[in-house]
Parts: sequence; C-alpha cells; structure tokens
Amino acid sequence: MNAVRTIVVWVPDWPVIAAARDAGHSPETALAVVDRGRVFACSHAARQHGVRRGLRVREAQARCPELVTMTYDPAVDAREFEPVVTAIESLAPGVEIIRPGRCALAAKGPSRYYGDRFGEILRTHLAEAGFTAIIGIADGPFAAEQAARLAEQRGLSELAFPPGESANCLAPLPIDAIDRPELVDLLRRLGIRTLGAFAALPARQVLARFGTDGLTAHRLASGRDSRPLASRRPPPELAKEIAFEPPVERVDQVAFAIKDTAEQMVAGLAERELVCTCLRVEVETERDAPRSRQWRHPRWFSAADVVDRVRWQLQGSNAPATPEGGRHLTSGVVRIRLVPDEVAPTGTYQDGLWGDQAPDERIHRTFTRIQSLIGHEAVTSVVLSGGRAPAERMTFVPWGDELTPARPTRQPWPGHLPPPAPTTVLAVPEPVQVLGASGYQVEVSERGIVSEECRVLVWGGGAGDATAGNSADHVVGRTAIGARPTQTTQRTEIVGWAGPWPVDERWWEPGPVPPGREHELAGVSSSAGDFGSRQGSAHEPGHSSRQEPGSSQRPGQGPEQSSAHRPVHAFRSRPRCARFQVACADGRAFVLRYESPNQSGFGNGSWWIEACYD
Amino acid sequence: MHGTAREGGRVTTLSRARQAAVVEELRAKLAAHPRTATAMGRPAPTLPVASAFTDLFPDKGLRKGASYAIRGTTGSTALTFALMAEVSRSGTWCGVVGMPGFGAEAASELGVDLSRVVLVPTPGRHWLTVSATLIDVLDLVVVRPPTRPTDTEIARLAARMRERGSILLVHGTDWPGCELRLEVTSSTWHGLGDGHGHLTARQVTVEATGRATDGVRRTTRLWLPGPDGSITPVDAGSESVDEHVETVGVGPEVIHPRRRPLVDLSAHRWERAG
Repeated sequence: MNAVRTIVVWVPDWPVIAAARDAGHSPETALAVVDRGRVFACSHAARQHGVRRGLRVREAQARCPELVTMTYDPAVDAREFEPVVTAIESLAPGVEIIRPGRCALAAKGPSRYYGDRFGEILRTHLAEAGFTAIIGIADGPFAAEQAARLAEQRGLSELAFPPGESANCLAPLPIDAIDRPELVDLLRRLGIRTLGAFAALPARQVLARFGTDGLTAHRLASGRDSRPLASRRPPPELAKEIAFEPPVERVDQVAFAIKDTAEQMVAGLAERELVCTCLRVEVETERDAPRSRQWRHPRWFSAADVVDRVRWQLQGSNAPATPEGGRHLTSGVVRIRLVPDEVAPTGTYQDGLWGDQAPDERIHRTFTRIQSLIGHEAVTSVVLSGGRAPAERMTFVPWGDELTPARPTRQPWPGHLPPPAPTTVLAVPEPVQVLGASGYQVEVSERGIVSEECRVLVWGGGAGDATAGNSADHVVGRTAIGARPTQTTQRTEIVGWAGPWPVDERWWEPGPVPPGREHELAGVSSSAGDFGSRQGSAHEPGHSSRQEPGSSQRPGQGPEQSSAHRPVHAFRSRPRCARFQVACADGRAFVLRYESPNQSGFGNGSWWIEACYD
Repeated sequence: MHGTAREGGRVTTLSRARQAAVVEELRAKLAAHPRTATAMGRPAPTLPVASAFTDLFPDKGLRKGASYAIRGTTGSTALTFALMAEVSRSGTWCGVVGMPGFGAEAASELGVDLSRVVLVPTPGRHWLTVSATLIDVLDLVVVRPPTRPTDTEIARLAARMRERGSILLVHGTDWPGCELRLEVTSSTWHGLGDGHGHLTARQVTVEATGRATDGVRRTTRLWLPGPDGSITPVDAGSESVDEHVETVGVGPEVIHPRRRPLVDLSAHRWERAG
C-alpha cells in the first residue's frame, strides 16, 4: 500500500503560544513554559537570550532576567489548539491532530480543489486567525512532519518532498527523527546515524533484531508510511455565545439577556443526552482583556445556575454598586461565551452516585438560593488544611467548588499550635498590648528572649499605637488612652502564658503590610535588617529581665544604636513574629502574635490577638 | 353525648350543681387526651447530644422545633461546637450563620463532622432570611445574630422551626422563647504556666435554665475539652487535676505558679518552631 500524500501543519513553539494566549501575554515577549522545574518550551525572544528546552528554570532566568515563566498545562495546550483545527477544517475536512501544535490532513482533496496554491491559502487563512504555521507536504504523515521540520530549519514556511521521492529526501536526516529514544541510542551505537542508513537495513533482520516497533520505525524511515490518517469528526459545538451591541454596562441587564443563551446551551446538551458539570464563562469587555473562570457544580448546571454563575463572575470583577442597588461594570460587556468544559451523560448523574455524601437536592437548592441572594463566596464549606497559623489550618471553599485544602495536611508542619485548637480564629487580627509587671510592653528580642513576664492584657485605647513604632515608653496610664478618650480600654490580668514560639516562615517573600505600617515599610530598604545579628549582652541567656522601669533596656535601643554600621539586608521586609498563648484571669485564653518593631529596630513591637479559645 | 350543655341545638339552663359536674367531666376528658407529647409520657423527638450534656437537657437531647440560647464570655463557642458534634456525626447537616471566625479545627477536634457543615460567615443584613431559609432544609442551624430581630420575626421563625422540626442554637445572645438558656459561668484552663507549657484542658461550669427545666437551674461541670480532647463530666473524685498539670484561671483550685524566676527557654523554643 502506498503512502498517502499528506500535508502537515505545524505551529512551532506551540506550548508557549498556547500558554501565552491563555494568560494574555504577547508572544513577542520572552516566555518560557515550565514543566517540573525545567523549561519545556520557550518563545523566540527567550531563545535569543540563550534559553533552551530542558534548562533549569533558575538558569533560564539567569540568562534572561525578564523571562516570564508559565506552568505547562496540557489541557490549555489542547484547548487553545482548537481554533487552529477549526480554521483548517473550514478549508478542508478530515484533520488528524497528531498532538497539540501539529496536525495532518490528506492532500488529495484540497489540492484538487484549491490547486497547487493550497499551502499558501492555508497559511494565509491561519495567519488571519493569528497563527504562524509551517507546512510540510510528503508521502505519509511522518515524512510530511519531517518536511515541515526541515522547512523550519531552513527558514522556509513550506516544503514539499516530491511525490515518490520521500525516501530519498528522508535519507540524509539524522536518526533522531524517528522519535524513539532507546532505539535511536542503540542504532547510534551500532553506527547508524541517518534515516537512510537505517532504511538500508533489510526489513526482515530489523524485525528479528528490533521487534515490531523497530519494524514500524524502519518503515517510517524508508518512506513507506502507510498509516491512514485518523481524521477526526468535528465535535458538535456545545458552547454558546451572546454578543451585545451596544455593550451592556449593568450586571442585571447582562443576567437578563444571558437567560436565553443559557437555556439554549442546556437544551443543546440535553438533546445529546448530556449534562454540564463544569462550565467556563468567558467575558469579553470593551476595555479589558477577555476574562474566563471555571465554575464547578456538585451536580449539573441548569439554565438558572448558569445565569447565576455569569452574574457572580461579573459582580466579582470589582463592580461598584450603584445607589439604586444595581451594579455598574467597569467597562461594558461585549460578548459572553458559555463553554461546557466537562459534560457527562445524563444517566450518570442519578441520585445516589455519591452514596451518603451527596447533599440532598433540596439542601443543595437552598444553598444555591442563598448564594444567589448574597453571592457565591457567601456560602462555604470548610476543610482542614495544613499550616502553622490558626487561620492557615482551615480552608473555606465556596459551596459547590471542589473541597481541596490550600496546603497539604499530611505534612508535619512543625511549630503549629498543639491541640486543642482555638475555637474562634479572627479574620483580621486585633491589636492589643501586653504589659509586664513593670508596666512596660513586653518585647521579644531577635534571639527569642522575652523582656519580662506577661502580666496584663490591654484592649482598645492605645493598643493600636504600639504599631506606630514611637519610642515613647508605654507606661500604664500613660499610653495613648488619654489621646483617644472615646475608646474604652479593657484590662485583664494574665494568669498564665507560654511562648515565644518564633515564626520564621517565608521570610524571603515581602510580607503583607499590616494596617498602619505602610509608612514604615516604605523606608525599609535603607535600614538594616538585624534579625539574627549579634545582640549586646542585655538579652543573653540567663540575664534577668526584671528591670526597674526607669532603667529598662528596650530591645531596639542601646546596643541597637550602631545598627547603621551593619550590612544592609534590604530584602527583609517581613517583620519577625512569635506566637504566645495566654490565659486571662476571667477564664479566657488567646493566641497572641508578637511582631517585631520596624527594621531600624527602634520603637516597640506590636501585639495582636490571632485567635480566641472561647 | 351525655351531660353536654348543648342539646338539640338549644342552650339549656343548668343548675349550679350540674354546671360544676359538667366542668369536672370536661376536665377529666382533657386529662385523658393530652395534647403535648411530653404530657402523654412519650419522649419528645430529639436530636442526640454528647452523653456529658444529658444532665442539662430534660429531654436528653435537643428537642426538635426548639431554640436554645448559648451564652457566656468564654466557652460558649466550644459549647456550641460540642452540641453540634453529636448531631453532625449522626449524618445530619448543620448550618452556621454569622460566625466569620469559625474555628474549623477546634470544631473538628470537638467531634463536628466538617463535611456536614455549611457556613454563611457574613450574611450581613440578610442574616434572618438566610437563617430562615436554612431552617427550612437543615435540622440544626447555629446562628450568631448581628442585630436584634423584632419579636414578630422571632415568632415567625419559631413557627417555621416547629413546623419543620429543626433546631436553632443561638450563640452569644439571649433569645426570647427559647427552650433552654445555657450559660458558661466559669472557665478554667489547665496546662499553661508562667512562660512554659501550653493549653491542654479546660473545666467549665455550664448552667441551664429555661422553660424546659421549669425555671430550675441545672448546673454541671465539664471538661471542655479534657486532657485527651474528649468532653466528659468532671467527677467529684477527680476534681483536682493531676500533679504535673499546672492550673491557671478562675475557680476554687487556682494555683498561681509565679514564684519561679524566669528561665530562658529560647533554645528549645527555636527547635519547636521549626
């Protein structure tokens, strides 16, 4: 059987192009797609800087500092290729996707219809759709693929091996082209370095020595690629879209207009006895780049569910509420596309598929109703997560989304609080003051030494001022309470405390700026980060920290004065933290967090309630 | 029927003695057909609570269709979780409204099945609507009201709960018409010293008053949680804590271990924090 004359359309660097299109980057920038810590593919600009496939990310970034890295996602790769295939299919049917970025079609039909200029027509058509393709034409898909590769190496955009000449044209190519690393390795060691040399071996002996796979490779090398094309049948179009002319600027108007489209989509699926379990909503606005978000459903999407998701997505895009209750979008919506990402046969979703875990339909509907009342994020499920801070140890997931912990639970997380866990975890830590017997705020030095025992917990009043980093002594009765008489101050005796349990997590990342500290952190770059640097003798182990109020040696003063001479560690912008547990005389208990004073080392640290045992 | 005051559609005038006899007879009939389940000696339908709480609840469980108020400056959240635990473990869904600081880990440690919990942390001004909607489908709803509802709203909610047979646990505030008011009156933490140890166990005193107890105050002392994480009643025998556990907090057995000089423990603290 003779090899079928085949056209291969190849878009070079496909993973990069796909990822760039998905993430909205320009393909002109230096991009690299990273898979398991190594460069999987890179753009032309990156290659010019010396980035190569297989390079470690760090080295690639060293060669090209402005490199934008993206994680390789085969799903994106395949999904983004869809428009290419559709564009080709609009010219000629029967396209086989060899892999994302590369597809083949039989040359016979189109070349008769379009004549010899088919390749050119195809390329112009793809260029209109925004893709640069290279075309190889030869007998059989393998030879055509090699033709395309050869064209790319020679800087051509199209290369055809003459009919019947494929074997001759393939002969000088290196043996690597057969894409079987083990076999290639062996053949090289046997001294066979080109496809021609391999093809020259007698087929019978290739079979005896290398088995059937070897024989297949031998057939490919000798240009007898008789594999018929596995052309795909264009999948039914399940996605629906609606365009707005003129653009719509109110969420409720969009929600109203989308109703029909949503119903059409659900009905279209129902006709094929399918239901949608995962929906992607793509919103295109006048000004911004198209935004898409995936929505999962614990069961399947009804038309009303789809409308809700569209509304939530639009509301989530920081749309300010108008006085009359409606919401204006930041820019008008031009087009909305509803793409069913995952579908399942209707029968699969019978009741009881999840056993007892399945929330009963009525419960689910109620939660969805509440979601449509106050928003998607408002109804949540919770799952335990790994982490050290009390707030990190759980993950709240909007109802209906997948329950995945934000951090793995199986890892030991040394340094987390021992059970029992706090019953109330404050979303926003509350500023407090912890005073010692001397009346000064308790401080923790870099070496984890507490200046004195914790005796009194003070809420409200001047507690917040401790964060301002003023170096004035916070003596009881002289704190900023007087400055803010409106706030009530509450004092409780501490009857038991433990700590400090220093927290030194992710110090290499710039920390979240606590409220009221922005001005401090602005000056951080010029000040010394003295964490871990040698301290004076004031805080050496064994030193009694009971001091007279007058002679109190504040951490950050005295020995710290010379900090300007120390090497500058400008990167350290995250304050040093330590956790404490305290029990109060009224029976309450808290998890407190101490944050070191600002980088210059002056002033007082701040205390925050992270969680309560109530 | 014999002895009724109405015969043949005409009201007959009865003598005083006969009137008394009729009233007597009617009373006897009423007594023979009690309307409430409890009066009939049948137990009211309830959802289970942990065995440590059965003393507090006259019905030995949370009565369906009733509301319970849980208060106390400290310990009320843990108590709420402990009451949810048995219900959620029996496979019933629980809703939690208006508790943005829901300590899921603590709830899980106290026995709540988190896969059966749904939260509406910040319902805002919709909290009453949300609670009412949840009451329609869930058997147990915990709510921490951010605002005080009107009496009409409470009555309407109560009617809905009775009809549905669901239970409302109101956290942090009093609730008119509730079956039982649970209050944590004292709380004592164990395990924390001056600069050493960590919180291990807590003893609480829970008081229950209300309609269900006929106004009688019921009190129980509980480990919430105990040193092993369980919720158990404090026995009179084991009132004093083990030798090695130091006690802090309020209560009769408070020890203030403050005589020790401050020892620098930084070396091993660094280790602990990893």
